[in-house]
Amino acid sequence: MLATPLLITQELSNLTYSATPRCFDESWAAPLSTLLGLGRAAGADFVEFFLERVNFINCMAEDDAITSIAPRLSTGAGVRVFRGKADCYVSTNDLSFNGLRLALEKALGIIGLSLPGASAFIPEINLEMFRDYGKARGKEGWLAASTSMEQMGEVLLAANSALAKKASHVQSRKAAYFRDWQEVLVAGSDGTFARDIRLTQSVGYNLLCVDGDHRSSINQRIGNTSDPSFLQSWDYDQTADDVSESAGKMLYADFVESGTYPLVMANAFGGVIFHEACGHLLETTQIQRKTTPFEHKKGQKIAHENLTAWDEGLTKDAFGTIDMDDEGMPAQRTLLIENGILKNFISDRAGSMKTGHPRTGSGRRQGYTHAAASRMRNTYIAPGKFSNDDLFASIDNGLYCKKMGGGSVGPTGDFNFAVDEAYLIKNGKIDKPLKGATLIGTAVDMMQEISMSSQDLGLAAGFCGSVSGSVYVTVGQPHLKVNSMTVGGR
Amino acid sequence: MSKIQTIAQDAKEAAAKLGIAKFDIFGSTVDETSVQVNEGEPEQMKASQRSGVTVRVWNPAGPVGITSTTDVDRAGLELALKTAYEASAFGAKENIPDFSPEATTPIASHPAPTFEPSPVSKLLGTLARAEKELVDSHEAIAAVPYNGLAEKASERFYINSNGATRHEAHAISSVYLYTKAEEPDKKPRSGGAFRIAYKVDDLDIDGCIKEAAEKTISHLNYAKIETGKYRVVFSPEAILGLVGAFSNMFNAQSILDNQSLSTAESLGETIASPLLSINDDEHHPENLGASGFDGEGTPTRKVPLITNGVLTSFIHSAGTAKRMNTQPTGNASMGAKVGVSRNFLHLFAGEPATETYSLDTAENVILIDDLEALHAGVQSLQGSFSLPFNGWLVNKGVKTSVESATIAGDIRTVLKSIIYVEPKTEFTGSGVAPNVWVEGMSITGG
Repeated sequence: MLATPLLITQELSNLTYSATPRCFDESWAAPLSTLLGLGRAAGADFVEFFLERVNFINCMAEDDAITSIAPRLSTGAGVRVFRGKADCYVSTNDLSFNGLRLALEKALGIIGLSLPGASAFIPEINLEMFRDYGKARGKEGWLAASTSMEQMGEVLLAANSALAKKASHVQSRKAAYFRDWQEVLVAGSDGTFARDIRLTQSVGYNLLCVDGDHRSSINQRIGNTSDPSFLQSWDYDQTADDVSESAGKMLYADFVESGTYPLVMANAFGGVIFHEACGHLLETTQIQRKTTPFEHKKGQKIAHENLTAWDEGLTKDAFGTIDMDDEGMPAQRTLLIENGILKNFISDRAGSMKTGHPRTGSGRRQGYTHAAASRMRNTYIAPGKFSNDDLFASIDNGLYCKKMGGGSVGPTGDFNFAVDEAYLIKNGKIDKPLKGATLIGTAVDMMQEISMSSQDLGLAAGFCGSVSGSVYVTVGQPHLKVNSMTVGGR
Repeated sequence: MSKIQTIAQDAKEAAAKLGIAKFDIFGSTVDETSVQVNEGEPEQMKASQRSGVTVRVWNPAGPVGITSTTDVDRAGLELALKTAYEASAFGAKENIPDFSPEATTPIASHPAPTFEPSPVSKLLGTLARAEKELVDSHEAIAAVPYNGLAEKASERFYINSNGATRHEAHAISSVYLYTKAEEPDKKPRSGGAFRIAYKVDDLDIDGCIKEAAEKTISHLNYAKIETGKYRVVFSPEAILGLVGAFSNMFNAQSILDNQSLSTAESLGETIASPLLSINDDEHHPENLGASGFDGEGTPTRKVPLITNGVLTSFIHSAGTAKRMNTQPTGNASMGAKVGVSRNFLHLFAGEPATETYSLDTAENVILIDDLEALHAGVQSLQGSFSLPFNGWLVNKGVKTSVESATIAGDIRTVLKSIIYVEPKTEFTGSGVAPNVWVEGMSITGG
C-alpha cells in the first residue's frame, strides 16, 4: 500500500512549497525530492542540487583611513545532471520551484534528455534524514555574532597605526579583512540531503617601503574558519613586527644570482610548493585530463622516502577545514604519500565515476556558478626527525626561502614559484637577504629531492584557483631541505 | 517594461521608502553556455543565467556605502539599499566619490547584437571535431587536455538618482585548444591557441587548430639554453602581458594611493624608448567586446598612455580626475572605493626606427611566445619580475624550443631598452601589439 499518492507531472503547476531562499532547512526536502525525481524520470543517472546563500563583507584601511567597506549578498543554485560519464551543470539566481525546474530542464536538454510528458509518474527521491551541520555544530549564531562594521574599522585602524610605528621608509600601509559567511544545502538523487554553514575570515597587511630606488613590498595574512570574534583577537602587533622586519631586510637586498642551489624552505606557507607542484597532480581532475605523471603510480614510490603527506578537512580552524564537502560528503583525512609511496588520490563524485578512485570528501567549489571538482583542503607534508639546524648545517652554499609568493603548475607538470623573502646560506648559516628568486622545476624531479624534514610542522591560509573556482585551503610543511633546484634570478 | 526599467523603478521606490535621496546602480546579466570534450566525448557542459547589481548610497552627511547583490527583485534591492546605507556610516570621510560629470553625456548607441543560442550538440560537435583534427595533425600530439567552446550574451547597465541611464548588450563566442604532446624519452610539451568572435559560426576554428598544432610541433625539438644576457623578442601576447602587469604606472588611483611606479609629477617624463607608443583604446576596431561606458556611466574613449616614449596620460575614474584636475577617462569600476583599470591596450611603433631587425636574419635571439605565472612572478610595486616563459632560441629563422627557462628584469629598464617595435600588430584577446625587441635581458636556463 502506498504511503502517499503517486505524483504525476501535470500536477506540478498546482504544487505549493513552503521553502524559501531566505533559509535552507528541512522544508526544502519536498520540492527537491520532487525535482530530483523529475530528473531521474527523464533518464538522468544522477541529479544533484546545490543551494547557496552568501553574506560577504570586506573592509580595508589605507594608512589612517577606512577606504572601503563593501558587503555582498548572493543567493543561487546549481543543478548537475549525469548521464553515463557525461555531466552538465546549470546555475541560476532563481530559487523558486519554477526557477529550479527550468534550470533542471535546461540541464536535461543539454545532455540530450527532456522532462517527462504530462501524464508521467514522478518517482520522488526519498532523501536521507536531514544532516544539518549548521545546527549540530552550533553554527546558527555565527553570522549574528560576527564582527560589526564599526568593530572592523576600529581594529584595522589600530592595526595600521601599530604598523606605522614599527616600519620604516613606509610608502603605503594597508590592513584588509574579509568575512565570508556561506550557507549551503546539497540534495542528490542518491538520497543525499545535507546543510552546512561556513564562516571564513582572513586579515592581514600589505606594506610597501621605498628608499630612493630601493623598494620592498610584503604581504602577510592569517585565516580562520570557526571563530566569529577572530578579528578582535588578531595579534596585529606580532604581525606588524614580522612584516616590518621582512620589508626592512628586503628593501636593500641584492638580486639573487640565477643557478642551481640546494634549498631550505621555511615551514607553513612554504608548503605552497607541494600544493602546486604535487597536490594538484593528485586530484582526479588531472587523471581525467591525463595531465598527471602519477596516474598509474598508486602503490609506487614517487617521492624521497623522507616524505609523507596528507590532505584533510578536519584540523580545527584551519583555512581548508569543512564539515562536509560541496557534494554533501563528510570531510575525510586522506593519506596522499607515505614514506615516498603514493597511497591515494583526492576525488570528488565525478572524478570517482570517471577514474575509479574513491571519493574523499574533496568535492569543492567557489560557489553556485561552479560544478564541484576534486580540490585540496588542508594539505601538508608531515614532520620529520631532523632539526632546523641539521638542515642548514648540511648546506655550504644555498638559498633559504623564508617567505614564498605565489606559483603555478603548467599542463606538462612544470612549476614555478616566486620567493618573496630569501637569504643566502653560507657554510651552514643564514647570510645576506636576496630578492627576485623564482624556483623552477617539475614535480616528478622535486619530489625525489626533498631529503630532510624538520619537526616544526606549520600551517598557513591560502587561496587556490582551479577548475571549480577559488577555494580556501591550507598549505603546510615543516622546514625542508631540497637537495637541488633551479633558481631564476638576474 | 524591460528588466532594467523594472530594476530602476524598483530601486527608486525602495530608495524613497528608505528615505535615500542619492544612489546609483551598476548591474549586469549574463547568459552563458560552455562545453569541454575529452577524446570526442562530452567532458563537461555548463550553462549559467545570472544577474547582479552593485548599489551605492550616499548618506546625508556625505559618505557613501556600497552593497552588491544577486537578488534583483524588489525585496533584494531594498535589502541592498538598506545595507549600503548602513555601510555608508563607515564610508571614507575624505575624497568621497560622486556621480561622474559625464554620466549623462550622450554616447553613440550601438545596436545590440542579435544573439541566438547555439544548440549544445552543435557546440559539442564543433569542439570534438577540432580536438580530433588537432590530435590527428601530428603523431606526437597525444591529447588536448585543455579545451573549451563558449558563447555568452550579456547586458550591463548604469542608472543613478539624477536620471542617468546607460544600457548595452554584448554577445561573444570563444574557443581555446591546448595540447599535450609526448615523444619517447622526451619531456611532455604543449602548445595552444584561442579565437574569439561575435558568433560561434564566425569563430576561426581551423585557424585555432593550425596555430595550436604549429606551436606544439615547434616545441617538440627542445634544448636547454645557457644562462646569460640575450636580445629578446616579446610576442604581442608576451609584451601585452608584461605591460599589463605593471599598469599601475598609468593608473591614477594607484598613484594617489602611493601604489604605483609613477607619481602625479611623472606626466611628460620619458619612461620608454621613443620607438614605443601605447594607447588604452576600448574602441579599437579589434576589440569585439568594447563597452560604451564604465562602472560610473562615463563614456569610454581612447587614452594615449605613452607617446613616443613619453608618459602622456593616466587612466581615471570620476574621483581621481577631480582630484588631479582633469577629465575622467571611462576606466572606473564601481566599488566602495572606485577602482580604475585599463580597458584594451594598443601597443604600436612610435618614432621611426633607425635600425630594423628580422627573425629571419637575427642570431641567437630569444623569441618569447608567452609569459607564465604573471600573478606570482611580478612584483608590480617594485617594478621587477622573474617569469617562466614558452619560447624559442632563434638563429637566422631556425627556431629551437627552449626547454625550461625564466626571464627576469625591471619593467622600467625593459621599456627603455627597446630597440625595435615591429610594424605589424596582432590581436591577442587583451589588446593589440606587434613583436617588440629588447636588448640585454637576463635569462636563466633550466
